[in-house]
Amino acid sequence: MANSDAIVGWKTITFGCHILEPGNAANFRTGDWRSQRPVTDKEKCIKCGMCWVYCPDMAYSQDEEGYFVANMEYCKGCGICAHECPKDAITMVPEEG
Amino acid sequence: MSKRVGIEVSIAIAEAVGLARAEVIPAYPITPQTHIVEHLSEMVANGELDAEFIPVESEHAAMSCCCGSSAAGARTFTSSSAQGLSLMSEILYIPSTMRLPMVMVVANRAMSAPISIWNDHQDIMVQRDIGWIQTFAENGQEAVDLTLHAFRVAEDRNVSLPFIVNIDGFTLSHVIEPIELPDQEDVDKFLPPFKPRYKLDPRRPITMGPVGIPEVYTEAKVAHDMAMRKAKRYILKAWDEFAEIFGRKYNPVESYRTEDAEILLVTMGSISETAMTAVDAMRDDGQKVGLLRIRLWRPFPSQEFRKAIGKAKVLAVVDRCLPPGAVCGPVGAEIRSLLYKIPGAPKIFSFVAGLGGRDVTVARFKEIVDKARQFAKKRPRELYEVIGVREK
Repeated sequence: MANSDAIVGWKTITFGCHILEPGNAANFRTGDWRSQRPVTDKEKCIKCGMCWVYCPDMAYSQDEEGYFVANMEYCKGCGICAHECPKDAITMVPEEG
Repeated sequence: MSKRVGIEVSIAIAEAVGLARAEVIPAYPITPQTHIVEHLSEMVANGELDAEFIPVESEHAAMSCCCGSSAAGARTFTSSSAQGLSLMSEILYIPSTMRLPMVMVVANRAMSAPISIWNDHQDIMVQRDIGWIQTFAENGQEAVDLTLHAFRVAEDRNVSLPFIVNIDGFTLSHVIEPIELPDQEDVDKFLPPFKPRYKLDPRRPITMGPVGIPEVYTEAKVAHDMAMRKAKRYILKAWDEFAEIFGRKYNPVESYRTEDAEILLVTMGSISETAMTAVDAMRDDGQKVGLLRIRLWRPFPSQEFRKAIGKAKVLAVVDRCLPPGAVCGPVGAEIRSLLYKIPGAPKIFSFVAGLGGRDVTVARFKEIVDKARQFAKKRPRELYEVIGVREK
């Protein structure tokens, strides 16, 4: 699960600031600076998964009903999914506050 | 047996890099450094050195290539000067905080404009804060020895930092000197194969050079700074080991006739030999003058420098770099901040001399010492002067 514990001291930071564990971005909330979020209109969605394919952060996963849902801990709000959606089912909505 | 030969210093440095068994040499020619990489290129082409010589399209590419080579675990060497070194600038900060060992010999040269291919220290002072270990050689033998030492220290797993050996352009790079080139066997003893702490290896993937968000950047930089400070211990240790094997002992600060000296000249690089001749002449005249030569510039050897001052009352620091609009020369500023408000600290006068290939003669050193002595009597707050400037 994601957490925000990327905060380390100079004594414990990795050698040369290397990332020694491949894919460790999954351990951190990488999307908390997002300014807009994708909202899917389930009436229009055909569950084709193009959003899942194009998402550069692998934030999308499929739910039990077969819809693709973006995980807001990783989604950076880039809008690529909305741009690529063949049914225009995804709208980018500004984050409030 | 090691052999003492008459050899151009650049060629001797290239031979030393060969003896160090460098594996990757990405390099771009620029005067006055060209002979070093030219000779290395020949050695590789002739099959005398088993290395990849990469004739890159620019210094920017040379340094980028060095980063990749070191990250992949290869012993890496390059060389540059002046505008070429500045073209590397964007990359120079990267291997240091990323702790990628490599060695670069910089044949020091003035920065244009006006165009100058001649020697001073402005090129390296531009790069003062890149976070590389930096030494300054006084003569050809030292240039060879410091090059071998640089590999030993840079690749030490306790250090793991890039290393620059500064040699004065032309004054050192293009002169033929008697130099003892060490035996391969001894060099192998001094310099074990490079075993990096981490390297890029598809079997054990890691990421080098990720983003440092504001929560991380400061700590990454402090870790680098602390690594530099800690490196001094290993720099000294490697000089001790070097002395055991090769019989020549180096120190971070060299003292020459400093006992009972009241005025000390402070220099870096090849002008120190002229300064010694000047000190001898002034001593013959009964003047209590000595010389401190800084060999290790980064990390700055604060403790050793303070100790070396002894009871001197005046320091005349000679910079070969003119930073327009600054308070004084960069070495002068370093020493002023080192000794600020230390009880009994000497007065520190900053002189700039020897820009763009102008010789700093024995007479100039005498002039500097005379000025320092006169001004010390008048108790000025500071003295900063460019020596030998024509007014009309």
